[in-house]
Amino acid sequence: MKRTIVALFFFTALIGLWQGLVSARLYSPVLVPPPASVAEYILDALADGSLLSASWVTCKRLFIGYLIGCVIGLPLGLATARSKYMSDTVGVLALGLQTLPSVCWLPLSLLWFQQSEGTILFVVIMGTLWSVLIAVDNGVKNLPPIYTRAARTMGSKGLHTLVKVVLPASLPYVVSGMKQGWAFAWRSLMAAEIYVTILGSEGLGHILHFGRELSAMDQVIGVMLVIVLIGLLADKLLFSPWENFLHSRWGTARN
Amino acid sequence: MSITQALPPIQPAKLEVKSLSKSFTTRRGWLQALENVSLTVNEGEFVCLVGPSGCGKSTLLNLVAGLDTPDSGELISDGQPITGTGRERMVMFQEHALFPWLDVMGNVLFGLHLKPNLTKNDRLEVARYYLHLVGLERFAHANVHELSGGMKQRVALARALAPNPRVLLMDEPFAALDAMTREQLYDDLQLIWEKRKKTIIFVTHNVREAVCLGDRVILFSPNPGRIREEFKIPLPRPRDINSVELATIATEITRQLKSYTQPAIPAGPSDPAAPAAA
Repeated sequence: MKRTIVALFFFTALIGLWQGLVSARLYSPVLVPPPASVAEYILDALADGSLLSASWVTCKRLFIGYLIGCVIGLPLGLATARSKYMSDTVGVLALGLQTLPSVCWLPLSLLWFQQSEGTILFVVIMGTLWSVLIAVDNGVKNLPPIYTRAARTMGSKGLHTLVKVVLPASLPYVVSGMKQGWAFAWRSLMAAEIYVTILGSEGLGHILHFGRELSAMDQVIGVMLVIVLIGLLADKLLFSPWENFLHSRWGTARN
Repeated sequence: MSITQALPPIQPAKLEVKSLSKSFTTRRGWLQALENVSLTVNEGEFVCLVGPSGCGKSTLLNLVAGLDTPDSGELISDGQPITGTGRERMVMFQEHALFPWLDVMGNVLFGLHLKPNLTKNDRLEVARYYLHLVGLERFAHANVHELSGGMKQRVALARALAPNPRVLLMDEPFAALDAMTREQLYDDLQLIWEKRKKTIIFVTHNVREAVCLGDRVILFSPNPGRIREEFKIPLPRPRDINSVELATIATEITRQLKSYTQPAIPAGPSDPAAPAAA
């Protein structure tokens, strides 16, 4: 309860500060619109359906790209952690490509796939894949060998050890890796949507970009808020349950 | 299948170790962990291996478990050569080695899931039986980190016993526990061994512990690791670690043990820091 009040107070103060800056007329209202006009844009865009459809398009792209990235990254990460050859080849490749900001894939992707869904999907997958792969690899490599030894004495081997011991034992790393992958996917997608326009299926990145072209600052800030909100919501819905489970099972919770 | 079928009084195995040798290449060079070690452990016998660190007693246990392969020599369980790990030989480690992603029940069930011909209900019944045996049935759904050190080792014991192995291999399982907890576990282990007869090899560097638990105590010496002597412990069971008879035997064995290990710092009359009497 107290925490809710503190949080509410903080955000009210933040909006108050914003309104204060607008009222002081330090900046042109074109560059710093009042909170009310941003709220008005959001309500209008919700009412005419453009914001919802853009959010839907964006989330769909994100989910598909992220899912593909995880489906490829998870087993590859397991493989690089378990095999020295895989580690020397795919592992090094992943380490290198992970340092490449995913927006750098855009020129290549645009030339390959032109202005299409494929371009966006490719960039999102590249954003997710390497960081998930490296997190899983790291988690499995850090596994205390006692777990697999203990499992072996109980008759576990091969695939059973992999699925019932190695994967769950590295779950804390896997979840934080998937969370990081999610963050990268989200960033890549926004960059891609701002660059790549597909008429008829505009995502949040597109309307953010249109906002700039129309000098509609209320739209720019409004869409930014929605992007932040979706990011927060995804964190709470997708990752918090896992993290809470891990904290209570492993005993790593602080409070 | 009923609980009595899932829990048959299984025949404990006879273990034979014949001229076993094992060496390791470590960062500091080559180490002869075991040299020409031979040992027979009879059906249902409780044998304790005692010796200073580095004498190869844990190496021997890992070899019997099938976790490692020897350089030379033979390992035989009931006439069959040991070629790898097997459900009939369960291991309890010094670290509890419980799986933190499973609750207590899940840990005890882990080995049972790998045992064929059991229904879900059989497994649950067997797991509950062993949790009851170690006195932790109330903690079936606790998380591992919520348990004390002694409770964790009890769960580890239940997990090792649940698949009903013929041999139980224990590698200093109580070394990390406080003295009070340990003494309670000596009593419990003796009781459990009465009920669920197993062949047990128990590695320790604590001579009193060995005398309290073992039918036989086998002394190892290091560099290279080999068997130096063995003692039959004729005391009646259950034994009390604090009894005078037990202490007398332990003192005698400790004296023998000390004679094999050269003192690290040679104490002489010229040593000015030497205490008056040891």
